[in-house]
Amino acid sequence: MTTSNLPGFLSRISIAFGALFKSLGDAEFAARVRDDSVGPTAAPAPVPAPAPAPTVAPAPTPAPTPLRVPTPDAALQLLTLFQREARLIDFAHENLGAYSDADIGAAARVVHEGCARVLREHFTIEPVRSENEGSRITLPEGFDAASVRLTGNVVGAAPFTGTLSHRGWRAAKVTLPQLADSHDARVLAPAEVEL
Amino acid sequence: MSDVHDPRYAIGIDLGTTHSALSYVDLQASDGEKAVESVLLIPQLTAPGTVEALPLLPSFLYLPHPDELPAGERALPWGQDASDDNTSAVAGEMARSRGATTPIRLVSSAKSWLCHPGVDRRGAILPPDAPDEVPRLSPLAASTSYLAHLRQAWNHAHPDAPFDLQSVTVTIPASFDPAARELTAEAARQAGFAPTLLEEPQAALYSWIQGSGGRWRKQVQPGDIILVVDVGGGTSDFSLIAILERDGKLEPHRVAVGDHILLGGDNMDLALAHFVARKLSANGTQLDAWQMRALTYGCRSAKEELLANPNATTHPIVVPSRGSKLIGGSIRTELTRDEVTAFITDGFFPRVEASARPAVRARAGLTQLGLPYAQDAAITRHLAAFLARQAGATADLEGFSGRVNAEHTFLHPSAVLFNGGVFKSGILAQRVMDTINDWLYMEGAEPARMLEGADLDLAVARGAAYYSYARRGGGVRIRGGTARSYYVGVESSMPAIPGMEPPLEALCVAPFGMEEGGELELPGQEFGLVIGEPVTFRFFGSTVRRQDRIGETLEFWGPDELQELGELQATLPAEGRSAGEVVQVKLHALATDTGTLELAAVAQDGQRWKIEFDVRTAPGAQ
Repeated sequence: MTTSNLPGFLSRISIAFGALFKSLGDAEFAARVRDDSVGPTAAPAPVPAPAPAPTVAPAPTPAPTPLRVPTPDAALQLLTLFQREARLIDFAHENLGAYSDADIGAAARVVHEGCARVLREHFTIEPVRSENEGSRITLPEGFDAASVRLTGNVVGAAPFTGTLSHRGWRAAKVTLPQLADSHDARVLAPAEVEL
Repeated sequence: MSDVHDPRYAIGIDLGTTHSALSYVDLQASDGEKAVESVLLIPQLTAPGTVEALPLLPSFLYLPHPDELPAGERALPWGQDASDDNTSAVAGEMARSRGATTPIRLVSSAKSWLCHPGVDRRGAILPPDAPDEVPRLSPLAASTSYLAHLRQAWNHAHPDAPFDLQSVTVTIPASFDPAARELTAEAARQAGFAPTLLEEPQAALYSWIQGSGGRWRKQVQPGDIILVVDVGGGTSDFSLIAILERDGKLEPHRVAVGDHILLGGDNMDLALAHFVARKLSANGTQLDAWQMRALTYGCRSAKEELLANPNATTHPIVVPSRGSKLIGGSIRTELTRDEVTAFITDGFFPRVEASARPAVRARAGLTQLGLPYAQDAAITRHLAAFLARQAGATADLEGFSGRVNAEHTFLHPSAVLFNGGVFKSGILAQRVMDTINDWLYMEGAEPARMLEGADLDLAVARGAAYYSYARRGGGVRIRGGTARSYYVGVESSMPAIPGMEPPLEALCVAPFGMEEGGELELPGQEFGLVIGEPVTFRFFGSTVRRQDRIGETLEFWGPDELQELGELQATLPAEGRSAGEVVQVKLHALATDTGTLELAAVAQDGQRWKIEFDVRTAPGAQ
């Protein structure tokens, strides 16, 4: 084996994340990944990225699934809210190394309180599973693979019985503010000038 | 105006000092005491170009600079009026948040100005400290803007049921005088609809009755006296409502209302913020106005947490930095339970004796320019004074004759209903209950009970919608009529004594408890009015003199019995008569369906002139 040509484990992690984010941000790259290595009819090839949906569709369809292009306006709006209420962008842009934990803790209270307010006022967020974490649950045949992810020793056929490690979250309702037509959503926080 | 054809909805508007809300009952889906009721989400600007629908409309107006908000950034779902330009006022959440950093362009507390008899309430006086280039608004115009915003929000959400065709109730403090009531009705008319007015404590009780789904009959009995304690954002308001039994049915009667007290939850947050700011400045940290506002918000949540959770001992407060350096620039401090107890629980709700009275300091000369805030922050002392003044309120009430004892120094309530966000804190509600029950215990009376299940934030709007519905015959109604008797000052016919003003007598022109629609004529007395010349009267109201009949003249009265209200003014226009002619008129008092009091001068030939409560003060005059 010419091991020198193959990436090491740590490099593979970095490649995997790079591919993940590049696929999300770059539709053409995503199309290349889809067409080159994970063609729908091809046998499962060793994919560098941890696949988030390991369940195999019962009837493979030959047509490629169209990918939705995200609209930036809603994302920008949410960032605006997080900055206005929680100063999230200010916080993320700080270099934590320069401060004591007490200072960071004080700022984290602002961020936490504001983020909680944004989530509370604009989303209705509920757990996917109502059982306690750590309890044993059984998934029947035909369970919704999008809302429950199987991990660990994934073999055999449904019903699956396992331990609930995370309850999951689902946005039951989203109420984002309406924007005026001419409003430039890219301004996440206007500069402030005191006269 | 009264030709409202079959409205589909009964609408209630809580026009608050700091927040307004709109609730409605679907008349087609409601029957008897089962009223189907909802709260309207009010679209409003929360930031430039950003519209959110929220259950509350903050009662603030922002008057933007022409360069500040381009037309595209102020679009509301219902579009703009032709009169809108870059400088027209913006109402709601954005007005509040913008105004906090630019207070010279912020109109706030319009409602408190509306009932301030010392200023011209139709005059453009708000914001009071704005520089000359900022356009000003009158308290009346500001109130009109909030109502117009609510009307447009409604029409946007219900295009098939226009607002003007629904049955609309607007709430007012029980302590509003006839002039402030009339101005509120006028604001509604200018916003394009004919309202009915309802006192807020009554609205709170209506909401409680409706919320109980019929079980209220089990929680109150004939003979109960319910004390409503309503502490809003900017005002405190008390009312007493007695439960009578008539024809086998329970009938609530509002028997007394309190004075106007400009003191509310916002004062508490501000007091705490100033206290914490002093603590910080002792350590060398000075806060600017922007940080002060953030501190006030922080104090509010710290107060709510400490007053809701009896086990919490401290709550941290962080004042974020103004610049983008969040971590280094933020100021952290904390509020302790002891501080909240000393400041809020003992400061605003001290355990006082029933004989305690609010402290009154002599006012300095120029207080006329600002709002007449309460001088004593202790709400329990105001409450003690109110109950003592109303000791005889139920004496003449059917079924209550044996219950009031001459030895009682104050009226004994048997149940208490709380209203206002302040009482989300169980500790504060309990403190008020404990204080009242101490008073009752000292006079050997049974303790009062707390009526449970009140909706503290939206009760007034909900109750107002229920009242709109009940007026149409759908549910329980609170009776009681006008809560004051009214007097005009006439000079006594005593011979003049040099160096002394002739003594003043008070002539009763409207008795206590006039039911709506009732009209009374002042017997005997005729006044000669000169056409074209304004005549002014001094005007008084009393919340305690229940027995005075119309036409009665008082030569003496106790210092607490009569309060002087604004002046009355009658100007008889020349219509068909010549200027200078003297016309003999009689005074008529009318309790209108709207809920206002109207005084009219009626000539022998039946010609009527309305007498204005709100006299325009000439500019420059005090």
